[in-house]
Amino acid sequence: MINKKNSSTTDQFNKEGKLTHLLTLEGMPKEQILYILNTAKQFVSVAAPNREVKKVPLLRGKSVFNLFFENSTRTRTTFEIAANRLSADVINLDIPTSSTSKGESLIDTIDNLVAMQADIFVVRHNISRAPIEIANHVPDYVHVINAGDGSHQHPTQGLLDIYTMRHFKKDLSKLSVAIIGDILHSRVAKSNIHALTTMGCNDIRAIGPESLLPSDLARDLSSLGVKIFHKVEDGIKGADVVMTLRIQKERMEQGQVPEGAAFFKQFGLNQERLAMAKSDAIVMHPGPMNRGVEIDSTIADGNQSVILNQVTFGIAIRMAVMSIVAGN
Amino acid sequence: MNAEALYRDLLKHLKGGLFQNASHQTTPVYLAGLAIGGAWLAERLALDLGLTQYGVINVSFHRDDYAEKGIRAIETASTMPTKLPFDVNHAHIVLLDDVLLTGRTVRAALNELFDFGRPAKVSLMVLADRGERELPVSANFASQTVILPESQILVLERNQDNQFSFVIEERNK
Repeated sequence: MINKKNSSTTDQFNKEGKLTHLLTLEGMPKEQILYILNTAKQFVSVAAPNREVKKVPLLRGKSVFNLFFENSTRTRTTFEIAANRLSADVINLDIPTSSTSKGESLIDTIDNLVAMQADIFVVRHNISRAPIEIANHVPDYVHVINAGDGSHQHPTQGLLDIYTMRHFKKDLSKLSVAIIGDILHSRVAKSNIHALTTMGCNDIRAIGPESLLPSDLARDLSSLGVKIFHKVEDGIKGADVVMTLRIQKERMEQGQVPEGAAFFKQFGLNQERLAMAKSDAIVMHPGPMNRGVEIDSTIADGNQSVILNQVTFGIAIRMAVMSIVAGN
Repeated sequence: MNAEALYRDLLKHLKGGLFQNASHQTTPVYLAGLAIGGAWLAERLALDLGLTQYGVINVSFHRDDYAEKGIRAIETASTMPTKLPFDVNHAHIVLLDDVLLTGRTVRAALNELFDFGRPAKVSLMVLADRGERELPVSANFASQTVILPESQILVLERNQDNQFSFVIEERNK
């Protein structure tokens, strides 16, 4: 792949130190995260019930290209709604792609879309760091937002998750957060762990079978202060936040983990296990959710579940991120 | 400039005018203050006029300098978002602000207000009118007309006892 800049860097800040792309939450300063969360809070009011026009003109005349090289319903839809509420023009492109020969065709695609006056690219790709390569390639006036890359990062999901935690639990530094399931393949877990660590949360537990928390990953997580558990009962005790993750079969070999009911028996969030967390613990899931695999259906619909709040806050987070990068 | 005296003039104007026979109003009249100074005015006027509610309008989403200043242009919204606890449709909305200068804020406020409905009438009342308009906007009532150099900004402040004062500051750059 031809790069105008060094593709190993993940520079999401411009020369003035302002956020011009959103690529990763790893290493993002606390002030920047807070700034995005506070900006998002303003955008929640755009959907106030008595506001007849749920739209503001900030990105009028800008073009947002949703480039989804990998399937998504929720993320793509919420990015589209967010762009619409900011009055941007949205162009959705679903680009099925094979794992080889991506490099050249990807950059060609981008060059063509830049020639069509794209202002913002929202990129989801099954290859980790593909959005970084795009960001390194595009001209300065084009902005790239990572909407999930391989098993690397999903920064807007991480931000909406901590927004949700802050909304319900206020002080992030005092929280105990238990993340259960497929940590290995979860870009959501990684983005959450980076953001939570930066925000001063010092009790993060990663819970899953050894096949999904292999020793090298466990070592990396431990170095960030994350505690590793292989039994839900051990890790969930006293948690304020319980986050369950989908088993990403598409990213693993057969037999890597017990399937379906067998997984639920060992690692699924059921009433008995949830009862071991704090009584007012919130239950989160980034979706898509497999009921009866990682989470019991009654919990998903229960009064501790904030899963649908996550979706709603996701719109405000994406509005905030788009208007921040486009204005810088 | 005595902000307290200017406030009393505004209160007297509303008492003797729009709110003289409030019970006989055929069109409901609501106060809506522009964040932040105008919202303080609306809050205190509602108290002094015995009104049960008042609105706040935050113009951030409709400011015309986003392209120049980016998202920092809309920063005040987090502390005082728009709140209109009444039906804007068919009502007479009295916009309140501390200072009227270019008229750009009022233009943005009208856009924000109309996102909530179609009022029957909109008026504008301010404490200080500095002239120097950049848009065709005028106030229905201004307690005082003030001439100041362009390099200075007039800022309303409020102390713990809810008393107002005006401070003159030098504009950055």
